[in-house]
Amino acid sequence: MSGERVFKYVGTRPIRHDGLDKVTGRANYGADFTLPGLLHGYVLRSPHAHARIMSIDTSAADAMPGVKAVITGADIPKTTGVVLLGKEGRYDLGDMGDNLLAHDTALYEGHAVAAVAATSVEIARNAAERIIVHYENLSPVLTVDQALAPGATILHDGLVTKGQPLPDAPTRTNVAMRTELRRGDVDKGFAESDIIVERQFTTPMVHQGYIEPHACVARYGEDGQILVWTSTQGQFIVRDCCAGILGVDAATIKVIPSEIGGGFGGKIPVYLEPVAIALSRKAHRPVKIVMSRDDVFRASGPTSGTKVRMKIGVKQNGTIVAASGSLYYEAGAYPGSPAGAGAMCALAAYKIPHFVIEAYDIVVNRPKVAAYRAPGSPSSTFATESILDEIANRLEIDPIDFRLKNAMMEGDQAPYGPKYGPIGLKQVLESAKNHPHWKAPLGPNQGRGVACGFWFNAGLSSSATVSLSGDGSATVVTGNPDIGGTRVAQALMVSEELDIPIERVRPTVADTDSIGYSDLTGGSRVCYATGMAVIKAAQDVRDQLLARAAKIWDVGVDKVTWDNGCAVPLEPSADRTSLTLRQLAEQMPHTGGPIIGRASVSAPMAGPAFAVNMCDIEVDKETGVSRVVRYTAIQDVGKAVHPSFVEGQMQGGAAQGIGWALNEEYLYSPDGVMQNAGFLDYRMPVASDLPMIDTVLIEVGNPLHPYGVRGVGEVPIVPPLAAVANAMNDATGIRFTDLPLSPPRVLKALLRN
Amino acid sequence: MATIYFVSGLERYTGGVESLSVDAPRVRELMETVTEHFPALREPLEFMSIAVDGEIHQHPDYLKLSPDSEVYLVPRISGG
Repeated sequence: MSGERVFKYVGTRPIRHDGLDKVTGRANYGADFTLPGLLHGYVLRSPHAHARIMSIDTSAADAMPGVKAVITGADIPKTTGVVLLGKEGRYDLGDMGDNLLAHDTALYEGHAVAAVAATSVEIARNAAERIIVHYENLSPVLTVDQALAPGATILHDGLVTKGQPLPDAPTRTNVAMRTELRRGDVDKGFAESDIIVERQFTTPMVHQGYIEPHACVARYGEDGQILVWTSTQGQFIVRDCCAGILGVDAATIKVIPSEIGGGFGGKIPVYLEPVAIALSRKAHRPVKIVMSRDDVFRASGPTSGTKVRMKIGVKQNGTIVAASGSLYYEAGAYPGSPAGAGAMCALAAYKIPHFVIEAYDIVVNRPKVAAYRAPGSPSSTFATESILDEIANRLEIDPIDFRLKNAMMEGDQAPYGPKYGPIGLKQVLESAKNHPHWKAPLGPNQGRGVACGFWFNAGLSSSATVSLSGDGSATVVTGNPDIGGTRVAQALMVSEELDIPIERVRPTVADTDSIGYSDLTGGSRVCYATGMAVIKAAQDVRDQLLARAAKIWDVGVDKVTWDNGCAVPLEPSADRTSLTLRQLAEQMPHTGGPIIGRASVSAPMAGPAFAVNMCDIEVDKETGVSRVVRYTAIQDVGKAVHPSFVEGQMQGGAAQGIGWALNEEYLYSPDGVMQNAGFLDYRMPVASDLPMIDTVLIEVGNPLHPYGVRGVGEVPIVPPLAAVANAMNDATGIRFTDLPLSPPRVLKALLRN
Repeated sequence: MATIYFVSGLERYTGGVESLSVDAPRVRELMETVTEHFPALREPLEFMSIAVDGEIHQHPDYLKLSPDSEVYLVPRISGG
C-alpha cells in the first residue's frame, strides 16, 4: 500500500520538461501551426439568439477574389451517432454537428451559420459579411424560469425528459433530463429537526476563461487522409467526433495535439475541426481557423447558470438530519448540463439520513455548456455550504466543528449510492481547524468564511509506452495533452520504477497514430489513470530488463531480482554481478533488440477528493468593492507526485472560484445578445487581484493507485463560491444568495440594510 | 449472492423493491437478471453507471462479483 512505500523521485519538485519552451514563448500552441498553401477560415455567426434560418445566399462570398471555399450547415451531415466516454461522457454527434454549423435554426447568439476559407483572414471575414442569411426571429428562452414557464417557447420539437421524469412531466418541454437522489424519509427528517433553513441560490453562466482561444489547422488530402493539428483536451475525442460527424473512418484521421493554453473542460468538444476539414475538402488546401476572444465567449462552452433551492434541517446538537434540494441548470442550446453531478455532489460531504435532491437539465438559447472543473459541483455546493454556514451561526457552533460532526468517513454511504473507501475529509477539516489562518485576527471591515467541496475523480482508458535508449535514458509516451504538469509527473513515475534520474526521462504527448487510444485529459484522471498505465509500462520495461539479465547470465529469470536500479543475481558469482540499467540498455542489440514497455488500463472511477477553503475578505462599505486578503486551500490529494503542480492546481482552482464568486458573469440583453464578450468587460481575476493562495496538501492514499494518487485538478474550484460568500456574510452581516458578489450588488445590499 | 440496490428514486421502476440479491458471477449476468425482473429499469439504466463495492466502473460487464458484493446504480458524471 502506498503509505508503506518510500519514494525516491515521487514527491520531489523537478523543473518541468516543457517549462523552458513555455516561458520563452517557443512552445507551439494551436494557432502557431502553419503549412504551405494555408488558407484562413472565418466563421459567420448568428446575431440572433433564436431564429429560423430561411435561406443562406453565399454567391457574393463565393465570387470574391481570394475566396476558396464557403460552407454552411448543408455541408455538415446530420447524424444520430454518439461518442461515449465510458459510461460517463456522452457526446451527441447530431447536436455537436448542428452546433458546428446550424442546419435549420440558430439557437443562440453566436451560433455558427456559415464558414469561409480564403487566402487571408481579412478576405475570409469580408466574404463572410457578404453572405446573406434570411432569419425568421423566434422568441428566445434565456433563463431556466423562462424555459419552465407555462407556454414557453420550445427549443427542440420532440425533446422528451429522460432519466427519471416526474409522472406528470409535460410532453412538450425544455427539460432534457431529470435526476433524483433519495434516501430515508425526508418529511420525517424535517419533522425531527430543531432548525430548518431554506433558501434559493443563483449562480451565473461563466466561462472557463482559458487564455488560448480555440485554434486548429486541417488538411484533407486527395486520398481522403485527414490531418488535424489542434489545441484540445483529447486528440482521440477530436478524431472520433470528426469521424462520426463527417461520416469517415476514424483511421483516416490523424489528430496532432498542440500545447494547450488552458482548457478546464472547455476544450473537450469540437467547435472548429470538422468545419476546417470540410473547408479543406472543398478548397483542396489546408485551412486554419482561430477563434477570436469574442467567438470564444459567444460560441464555446461556458458552464451552466443555475438556480438551486436548498433546505437543510438540523438538531440543536448540530446533527444534520434532513435535506431537500431542487437544482435547475442551464444546458445551453442542446441537452447536457451537469445538473446530475451537481445533485450527487451537493450533499456528498455529510452524513444525512433523510434527503431528496432533484436536478433538471434545461435547454435555453445560450451557447451549449461544456465541462468546467468539477462540472456541476460548485453551484450546488454553494447552496449547501452557505446554508450550513448560516446554521452554524444560528447554533453558535464553530463552522468547522459543525462540519466535522457531520463529515463523511470511510465506510459511510455516499448520497449517490456506494460506500466511500478511504477519504480524507475529516483530516482536511482538522487541518483547517489547526491552521494559523483559522485563528488569525481579522482587520476592520473584514470577514472570514469556510467551505467544503467534493469531486468524484474519473478513471477511464489510457495507454502508455516507455522506450529505453541505448544509453539508459528513456522516453515515456502517452495520449493525454498536458494541461497541469502531467508530463513531468509521468516522467517521475518512470524514474521511480526504473531508478532513472528525471533529467534522463523524456515525456511526450503523442498524436492519435503514435499511441494507443486514450480518453481525454479531464475528470482529474491523467495523473491517476494514465499514471497507472505509465507505471505498468515502466514495470514492463523492468520485467524485460530482468529477462535480458537472465539471458546474459544464462540463468532462469526467477534467479534475477531488481534492486536499486540494477538487475541483481540471486546466486551471484564472479561473472554474475549486478548489472545497471545502463549496462543492460547497452546490451539490448545483443540480448533481443529494443526494449519497449507498454500498458493500457481501464481505470475505475474512485478515490474522490475533498477540499476545504478558508477565505478572508475585506469590504469597502462605501463602494461595495471587496478584496480577498487571505486565502488557504487544503485538500486531500492522495499522493502528490509533483507537489508544485498539485499546489498549482489548487491555486488555479481557487482563483477561478473566487472570480466566479466575485465578478464573473455572462450579461445578456433582453433579446439574448451577450453584452460582455471580452476580458475588459468580463471581469476575471488577475494576479494583482489576489493574495498568495496558501496550500496544504493532505495525503490519504487512494488504494486503487499504486502510489495512492487521487485526482487533484477539479475539486479546488468547488469550495470557493461558498467560502467567499460566507466571508462576505461575516464581513457585512448579509447572506448573499446570488452570485457574483460584484460591487453594485454588494453596495445595493449594504444600502438596503 | 451479490446484492444490487435500487435507491435514489429507482424504486419506482422496481415496484418499490429496494434491493435484490442475485447469484451472478459477473456484472453482466447480474444486470441481465435485474432487467428481466424489472424491465422498466432498462431506459433509466442508459443514463446510469455501475458501482461495485465502492468503485464506479465504466465497463463493468465482465467484472467478477463476490457473494458479498454491493452494487449501486449511479447517475452519469462528466468531468472537466
